[in-house]
Amino acid sequence: MDSMNAARAEMPCLREFVARRPGLRLRGLNATLHGQDIGASTIFASRRELAGKSVLIGAQSQFVGARALIELDGLAARLVICPLDFSPRRLASVIAQAEVDIIVSDAADKDFGAEREVRLCRDPVPIDDEERFPRLASQWVLPTSGTTGEPKLVAHRLEGLLGAIRPASEPIPVWATFYDIRRYGGLQIFLRACIAGAQLLLSDEEESLGDHMTRCANAGVSHISGTPSHWRQLLMSPHAGLIDPKYVRLSGEIADRAILDALRATYPKAIIAHAYASTEAGVGFEVADGREGFPTALLASNGEVELRLREGSLHVRSKRTATSYIGRDDLKLLDEEGFVDTDDIVEQKGDRCFFKGRRAGVINVGGLKVHPEEVEQVINEHPNVRMSRVSARRNPIMGDLIIAEVARKGAAEPGESGTLEAEIFDLCRARLPRHMVPVTIRFLPAIDILASGKLARRHA
Amino acid sequence: MSIRLTILSQIENVATEQKKKIAPLRDDLTLTESGLDSLCFAILVARLEDELGADPFTASEEVYFPKTLGEFIGLYERSPR
Repeated sequence: MDSMNAARAEMPCLREFVARRPGLRLRGLNATLHGQDIGASTIFASRRELAGKSVLIGAQSQFVGARALIELDGLAARLVICPLDFSPRRLASVIAQAEVDIIVSDAADKDFGAEREVRLCRDPVPIDDEERFPRLASQWVLPTSGTTGEPKLVAHRLEGLLGAIRPASEPIPVWATFYDIRRYGGLQIFLRACIAGAQLLLSDEEESLGDHMTRCANAGVSHISGTPSHWRQLLMSPHAGLIDPKYVRLSGEIADRAILDALRATYPKAIIAHAYASTEAGVGFEVADGREGFPTALLASNGEVELRLREGSLHVRSKRTATSYIGRDDLKLLDEEGFVDTDDIVEQKGDRCFFKGRRAGVINVGGLKVHPEEVEQVINEHPNVRMSRVSARRNPIMGDLIIAEVARKGAAEPGESGTLEAEIFDLCRARLPRHMVPVTIRFLPAIDILASGKLARRHA
Repeated sequence: MSIRLTILSQIENVATEQKKKIAPLRDDLTLTESGLDSLCFAILVARLEDELGADPFTASEEVYFPKTLGEFIGLYERSPR
């Protein structure tokens, strides 16, 4: 991308925030990054070649990714942050849309699906070049699921990402998160730790849940966050009792009464808070009264975050929302009044509002959004498929699962029953992240189409 | 097929599909050590609802999260259908 487009930053960059509160400790499985070491050292062989560029953070480890984010904010024009489960094909789409110039990674052999220079992050060495680079207002870009099969890229500014973060009170928290910090929910916790100069335990792919919780216990984790699905997983393990947190946070999915009550029973001394946040809408609000849903009074607030219900869907306006989609001029993130339509359907019952699910079309699998069209496109590539319709099936463990209905071309050949089903599963598993693969496929003689020519979808 | 055998065979199926290596299925096996992750359990619960007509996680008012395979099977065996 053209580095001339990047605006100079008026506010401090992340590295400067960390320098102010150098207590930051990012604790990986076998290593710790100390806040005071950032600024004096670097993991990049050349900072000059990253300055003003669009950089994909392609690290396998959260630890290296975190370090890269701190070093690159303010230096690179654009930080493109991808979850680990992206296939080379999806990575290639991200790289093209975000006009990525260069990839930084800790994995020499990773396939990014596109021809770009890959710079390997190395062990930190003292910064020897005294060269100063202009402090840029770096764009932070996070992918989200799109209807076209291509990920949609959501752009934030650091200022917006930090909008919900308040100065930490003493004692400084010891954070842990079940999220990967490369997803919005985890990124929020990473930024909280950076701003507070706190400790943050990062999970590791190699680490079992038991080992991770033992590490959390040994570190004295006081604040911990995850999706309701993450928490159900912990409560179905023998390890929940290892930690004694003061603050338990849920976000990314509907926090139902069952999970709130179960957490209350497990951690009677903790504040159990559920936050409403999304990649596009940013952090909306937090509810800590132990009940599901949120107070209706929030809908009338004209404070920092304005919430409105329009046709049942929650709309959010605040400085914390994303600013735009990248690489897609046809998509509008904000409406004319500056509101983001979250597609989350809310029902008002007196003084309380309850989340009823996603507007038809978007499915939430354990906190990960899935557009059915993305899955349908893959299924429809099979030569024997005429049409498919993908929808959600409620699930007590993950919120929703993906199911598919398929209308085949022509009649089944004798003896081939089951073959097409297996082939569709194989196709989906090869092309889609695990959470997007349908758990069941049902064959129908035909799938209804509305007068508009669109698939008849069930509503949330 | 008994509830127990149905559950055990569905666990094997899900593990095969999801390319997970599972531990020997004994009653005292803790679910987190089984080799199945959350998504696998979510799929398992959906399959069992289809096969047994029961979803004890959603059905009861008092939600109880099983920790071992024995507790998981017990939840289904006690669940009204």
